[in-house]
Amino acid sequence: MLSLNNDVETIDQTYKGKVMKTITSLGVLPLALLSSMAFSQSIDVTITNLTQGMHFTPLMVSAHSDNMHVFEAGQVASTGLKTMAEGGDISVLLADSEAGAVNVENPADGLLAPSASAMVTDMDTGTNNQLSIVAMVLPTNDGFVGLDSWDIPTEAGTYTVYLNAYDAGSEANDEIINGAGALGMAGIPAAPAGNGGTGATGVTTSEDNQSIHIHRGNTGDTDAAGGISDVDSRIHRWLNPVAKVVVTVK
Amino acid sequence: MNRSTLKTVSSLGLLAMSTVLLSACGGDNHHGAAMSTVSYDITVTNLSHSQPLSPVGVLLHRDGYTPWSIGAPASAGLEVLAEGGDNSRFIADDAAEIEMTASGTGLVMPGASETISIETEVNEGDEASLSLSLATMLVNTNDAFSGVSALSLSSLNLGDETMRSLATYDAGTEANNELLGTIPGPADGGEGFNVARDDVNFVARHPGIVGQDEGYADSVLSSAHKFDSPVLRLTVKRTQ
Repeated sequence: MLSLNNDVETIDQTYKGKVMKTITSLGVLPLALLSSMAFSQSIDVTITNLTQGMHFTPLMVSAHSDNMHVFEAGQVASTGLKTMAEGGDISVLLADSEAGAVNVENPADGLLAPSASAMVTDMDTGTNNQLSIVAMVLPTNDGFVGLDSWDIPTEAGTYTVYLNAYDAGSEANDEIINGAGALGMAGIPAAPAGNGGTGATGVTTSEDNQSIHIHRGNTGDTDAAGGISDVDSRIHRWLNPVAKVVVTVK
Repeated sequence: MNRSTLKTVSSLGLLAMSTVLLSACGGDNHHGAAMSTVSYDITVTNLSHSQPLSPVGVLLHRDGYTPWSIGAPASAGLEVLAEGGDNSRFIADDAAEIEMTASGTGLVMPGASETISIETEVNEGDEASLSLSLATMLVNTNDAFSGVSALSLSSLNLGDETMRSLATYDAGTEANNELLGTIPGPADGGEGFNVARDDVNFVARHPGIVGQDEGYADSVLSSAHKFDSPVLRLTVKRTQ
């Protein structure tokens, strides 16, 4: 018998986001007590940027119903999603959320740096049973880290989910850092660590797949003052997953 | 859910456990409690295309010890392992929680597996607090390693087996410049450990290598040395 869950990658020990192990002892409480928690749950959510060189823009953490998606792979991105993925602005996504959604805006209080964690505590999800999380990944043209409609468990405990990097499909991945973050403007807003280049000619001018898809990764180059890309191929790449999310259902 | 309920439950658990320990006293071992032997077969498989893995360093320890964590600086032992493939310092850590250490016999080549057996004596009842950590370098890199940090073995009963797919990490102690003379593996034959830390100085998931085939002319690596996560398969079986 396999006594440990083996369908996910092994838990990454994280430095800043400590998992509360004591919560798992709630599992021994009587079922009657658990069933009374099926409505109006309180959850903690810890999000860790697992990368060594990519920043996340302000996060949106949303508890919502089955009727809403913040994004869906294979679908064309909404205006709100594009605005977030191209420039890090979550205001349109927040405004367009369904009426009953419970949203937490910017828990990292700004950028979430490589390997850093942000925590949402005591999030009252109300009657919502789905959790979604998004933030733009920098430096990319329209890459974002995403969790799409994860079923919030009704049983108390600590749950770990790993998130991949997606491409919104709305902007060509030219990899030119020019400060452009507005919707529809070509280019990358910034390399927040200050380790981007300038003067690139551009990797591509087209985006063949205009639906949301798993990001193919940055190409980059090692020429800080030219070349095809302003991102550094030795620093600004990643392998999925790019984020770890620990949800504690209380 | 209120806190006092939780506390009551956990203190009841402690009470039950101490009763067991008390009744088990009277043996002639040095801890004054009955001892029990536990052993595990730890099997690793190299899933990469062309990254030999350095001799695996294995630590069997109690809760509370973490050989590395995302966002924290690498220990000196991990740095030596990740930059040069030498596990001796990694497994020589004198932390009180460490019960037993072991080393693989040599490189684990791509596609190959190795089983390392490890055994220790613990106070009866303490089996539930054992964790496993291990690490191995991807030798054709600057400071990439794979492994697992404090995997709890608490629910692994005698005869049970668990499988994990392990990610690739970057020790953050040496820049991924891929330059001639900086990589100890056969792709270069260069330097291993260097005490200087010229990178971000924290552990994170590895971004992957670039290589000369992707336009980095100065790199000694090629597309053959690319890898993804997972790069290592781990199976742990409790045998005693």
